[in-house]
Amino acid sequence: MATKQSHRWWIPLLGWLVACLLFFPIFWMFITSFKTEVAAVATPPQLFFRPTLENYVAVQTRASYFNFAWNSVVISLGATILSLLLAIPAAYAMSFFPTKRTKSTLLWMLSTKMLPAVGVLVPIYILARETGLLDTRIGLVIIYTLINLPIVVWMIYSFFKEVPKEILEADRMDGASTYQELVHVLLPLALPGIFSTALLSIILSWNEAFWSLNLTTFDAAPLTAFIASFSSPQGLFWAKLSAASSMAIAPILIFGWVSQRQLVRGLTFGAVK
Amino acid sequence: MTSSVATRPQQPPPARARSHRSIPARLLVAPSVILLVLWMVVPLAMAIWFAFQRYNLLIPDNREFVGFANFAYILTDPTLWISIGITLVLVVSVLAITIGLGTVLAVLFNQEFPGRGIARVLAISPFFVMPTVSALIWKNMLMHPVNGLFAQITRGLGLGAIDWFADFPLLAIIIIVAWQWLPFSLLILLTAIQSLDTDQMEAARMDGASAMQLFRFVVLPHLNRAIAVVAMIETIFFLTIFAEIFVTTGGGPGLATTNLAYYIYLKALLEFDVGGASAGGLIAVVLANIVAIFLMRSVARNLDT
Repeated sequence: MATKQSHRWWIPLLGWLVACLLFFPIFWMFITSFKTEVAAVATPPQLFFRPTLENYVAVQTRASYFNFAWNSVVISLGATILSLLLAIPAAYAMSFFPTKRTKSTLLWMLSTKMLPAVGVLVPIYILARETGLLDTRIGLVIIYTLINLPIVVWMIYSFFKEVPKEILEADRMDGASTYQELVHVLLPLALPGIFSTALLSIILSWNEAFWSLNLTTFDAAPLTAFIASFSSPQGLFWAKLSAASSMAIAPILIFGWVSQRQLVRGLTFGAVK
Repeated sequence: MTSSVATRPQQPPPARARSHRSIPARLLVAPSVILLVLWMVVPLAMAIWFAFQRYNLLIPDNREFVGFANFAYILTDPTLWISIGITLVLVVSVLAITIGLGTVLAVLFNQEFPGRGIARVLAISPFFVMPTVSALIWKNMLMHPVNGLFAQITRGLGLGAIDWFADFPLLAIIIIVAWQWLPFSLLILLTAIQSLDTDQMEAARMDGASAMQLFRFVVLPHLNRAIAVVAMIETIFFLTIFAEIFVTTGGGPGLATTNLAYYIYLKALLEFDVGGASAGGLIAVVLANIVAIFLMRSVARNLDT
């Protein structure tokens, strides 16, 4: 359709207006993070002010922001690495050695995503408590690995399918073992796909806010739970909330911008390409 | 590499090698499958087991099999029905907003204009903001009745301020969730529009179709499937909206924003009623499965192995 240059003047105007409106809350949060707490609630709202970094300092010194950030990093990287280790061999087998059951296995994996978390809140909470995994990073790593595994398998499967079969077969003729074939031929070819799969898994783990709120209290609490602690009503804290929030979303915002395309593939299970 | 492939004779690998390989292939899939089976079966079996017991974490010794008593109790609890009603209102209204606006915006962002790439990146950004951040930004800095930006603007215009979370709590939640998910439908529908056959569009335009007719008879039919997929995926997420309610209203005022997920959370982690919460959880599972069946059909149609 319309990749043709349009001559209607209002289209760029409307496009930019919509973009700015949708982005405005993020922009407003970002500039509020450089205000003093007094300026943050000033009437009328200030767009121009003398910026300060005091909130960024205060969030770290008073609330040990970096402990929570470190939890987020460890948990999302841990879950992503673990699910890649599980998914790559599975996707390899399913895309290059499909059997009659491959299709139903894939669909069944996706269907595990449909189980609403809240339906198993109690059993998971009790299991975590009994095994001592409540409020531990390992507990969340296990859960996020399992939550994201179907999407990760699916995405890597679809990237492997795009690798020309001839290349692998040629290599097999030369006597390469399964392991050599996977590590030396397939992975380098599928690396961009695996990279964007990893990004999506990190984004989903970083932003997950059901299990993190219900299964952690302090020790393993990631940023989602830390930000939630600002919901208590007392005190003026908007500038600090903004500073903490800006730091919490910045890396993921960038990852999201980088991986928009693959995101569609992963989140719709390939139903929209 | 490619040249060496091209010169090689195209022949299938020997049969022996293939049967030899089918065994490790299964072994490679096994760890993922086994873990997911455990993840599906164990908690669900526990939920079913708990749902038939009187079991409160505060008085763990007073635990016994009670048959369908938990279900009878939950299903006759007016709060459950209120929460299911609120869940449906949430799901339907956010779906309507995100898909309606999402379709229009997808068409808009499919037009070429200066800086479109950057505008699109800005527009999809809300989707990457963690739910607790977006909920608190809206609650405090935008919707706060005294210092919030909306209140300041409307008061500046002499209209007085709206106390969103006291007077329109459910609407406030709907707006926040819609803001988070509009980028999702925009992104997916835009991808779908871009796969539209340009020749077909050109032909229709040549035949003198107006922009409205093009949208109605060419674009929209093409988007049908994508819209269905967006609707189903969103429904699965919206059925269990939690964090946005947790950090803003806490289900209140009264029960005004208590959806099914929050109701189960209240039963489980505030009342410690394991039996009741499990029974409620199973109801949520059944509701989600109804949607899931349709979604899986749609995915299956598109899956070629």
